[in-house]
Amino acid sequence: MTAQAPSVPALGATAAPSARRRPRWVGRLPLHLAIVGLAVLWLVPTIGLLVNSLRPAADIASSGWWTAIFSPAQWTLDNYVAVLNQSDIGPAFVNSIIISVPATIIPVLVASFAAYAFAWMEFPFRNALAVAVVGFLVVPLQVTFIPMLQLLGPKGFGIIGSFLAVWLAHTAYGLPFAVFLLRNYMAELPREVFESAALDGASPVTSFLRLALPMSVPVIAALAIFQFLFVWNDLLVAFVYLGLAAPDNLPLTVVIANLVNSVGGGWELLGPAAFISMALPLVVFFTLQRYFVRGIVGGSVKG
Amino acid sequence: MDSRILLMIAVCIAVPAALIGYIVLTEQFLRLVPERFRPRVRPWLWLAPTFLFLLVFLVYPTIATLLRSFQDEAGKAFVGFDNYAWFFTNPGTLSTLKNNVLWVIVTPLLCVGFGLLIAVLVDRVRYEPAAKSVIFLPLAISMVAAAVIWRFMFQYQPPGEPQTGTLNAAAGLAGAGPFPWLTMQTLSFNTILLIIVMAWMWTGFAMVILSAGLKGISPELMEAARVDGASELQVFRRIVLPLLLPTLAVVTTTIVIVALKTFDIVYVMTNGNYDTDVIANRMIKEMFTNGNFGRASAIAMVLLIAIIPIMALNVQRFRAQEALR
Repeated sequence: MTAQAPSVPALGATAAPSARRRPRWVGRLPLHLAIVGLAVLWLVPTIGLLVNSLRPAADIASSGWWTAIFSPAQWTLDNYVAVLNQSDIGPAFVNSIIISVPATIIPVLVASFAAYAFAWMEFPFRNALAVAVVGFLVVPLQVTFIPMLQLLGPKGFGIIGSFLAVWLAHTAYGLPFAVFLLRNYMAELPREVFESAALDGASPVTSFLRLALPMSVPVIAALAIFQFLFVWNDLLVAFVYLGLAAPDNLPLTVVIANLVNSVGGGWELLGPAAFISMALPLVVFFTLQRYFVRGIVGGSVKG
Repeated sequence: MDSRILLMIAVCIAVPAALIGYIVLTEQFLRLVPERFRPRVRPWLWLAPTFLFLLVFLVYPTIATLLRSFQDEAGKAFVGFDNYAWFFTNPGTLSTLKNNVLWVIVTPLLCVGFGLLIAVLVDRVRYEPAAKSVIFLPLAISMVAAAVIWRFMFQYQPPGEPQTGTLNAAAGLAGAGPFPWLTMQTLSFNTILLIIVMAWMWTGFAMVILSAGLKGISPELMEAARVDGASELQVFRRIVLPLLLPTLAVVTTTIVIVALKTFDIVYVMTNGNYDTDVIANRMIKEMFTNGNFGRASAIAMVLLIAIIPIMALNVQRFRAQEALR
């Protein structure tokens, strides 16, 4: 809080005359220093690994990343080329996409039906069921793994290890949040629109497809981005539903976690692998930040 | 092209088409139902796909895990509370419990502390959006990637070797170290270091929500207090903090849940070695490494039971919001 005190004269209407003698920015300098300091603190871990991932393997072992930060001439993409050509990272990137895209589209659509019903239809136990959905939001997935492995495993449906198993699992696990977020938004849509549509003879299906869905595009975008990043970044679900059964279907997160266990300090491999896995989330973050923030905040604050 | 990519594209077209087809067909089906019953049947048709998924993937397995937690390793005999008794008496599992308590207390403290500090600071500068982006960024990447990034921060080479890890190099500049950060167990120091990784990721979340809360506080109110001679610190403590309390509660509960479920960071950074294990990682170990489904189920239930109070809080808050509708 120390950085606040000097900024008071600049902010308040009660600025003392003595404060006017020096320029405004001098008084605010501690504030700027504090903010820049915190920002640097937050960036250093990422930048360190990024710079290191661009250095030749021999340099990585002999000197620190900070020695190379101001000499981009030494930088090279060799590590990235090597990782993509020689390890499982390339196929894992494709697997991550194959897993994430359907596991985003399906739950959003399924949830939109339920959200519309919760928002605009009357039925018994509606509030109790909505409360149940809120409860499911925080259930630890661990309580589901053992029975699901048995149900979907070789002695059950036999789909453990397949993309189908992760798609279904991610759909189910994503539904409580999706229903919650969409329902909150759809319930706030203007009632008159739906009433007049009904008077004109529109069926609920027409109202849903022509009114509710198009009007909910902002929240659907936020939800889709959130769900996509959640699936893309997931380790646990992929680990359990694919991990032991299908080494060829593993997404980036599981492959990188395995790589850490096997190579430990092989930074010329780990650094590029981590940044390849971060590439898509970072692009999404920088292009669609507004939607992303809305999605992640929507879970805790009424959307 | 890879046949699996074609499969994905087919799924992305066929499944949504089938789902939309299903919803359109419900109206056709409802024509068979007497008109006065239609509004009563319709909602269940819309809810059916969601409930089917929730029943199969959440409700059924939770009940099955509860039952399984009272059975032995092979699942042949009921053993009462033996698996729970094992969990609460075994030193190895008790240490996961101790570590999770640390996670649940320290993670929200760090996230809310730094989140609030940064939200208050950046509120006063013009480059607020850029500064916020930097803090929020780690939330977009996976915990696996964050763990790799921080393993590099904590990297340790024996004394005499060049210290290429950021923290040991910094320590070297100050004439200290090198420290084997992740194996320093005294006072659970290494667990605290793992918690810092989580806090690095989730401070942005706390900051964004608290910042929105701050901007909701009327500037006139604060100005009036300042005119009455209140110091900036007094304005913060007597006006801002009380008005921010509900927002603080929301942020804290969300981060407590994240901390309670911690898995990825521990799994990648130490795999629970050096006394850093947590409940969620221990459950996976008991399940895959030891193959003891009875004990693994009991551990999963412990995690669920620990989360129930927060679940109750969330439900209560949801009800209060609904009452305002």
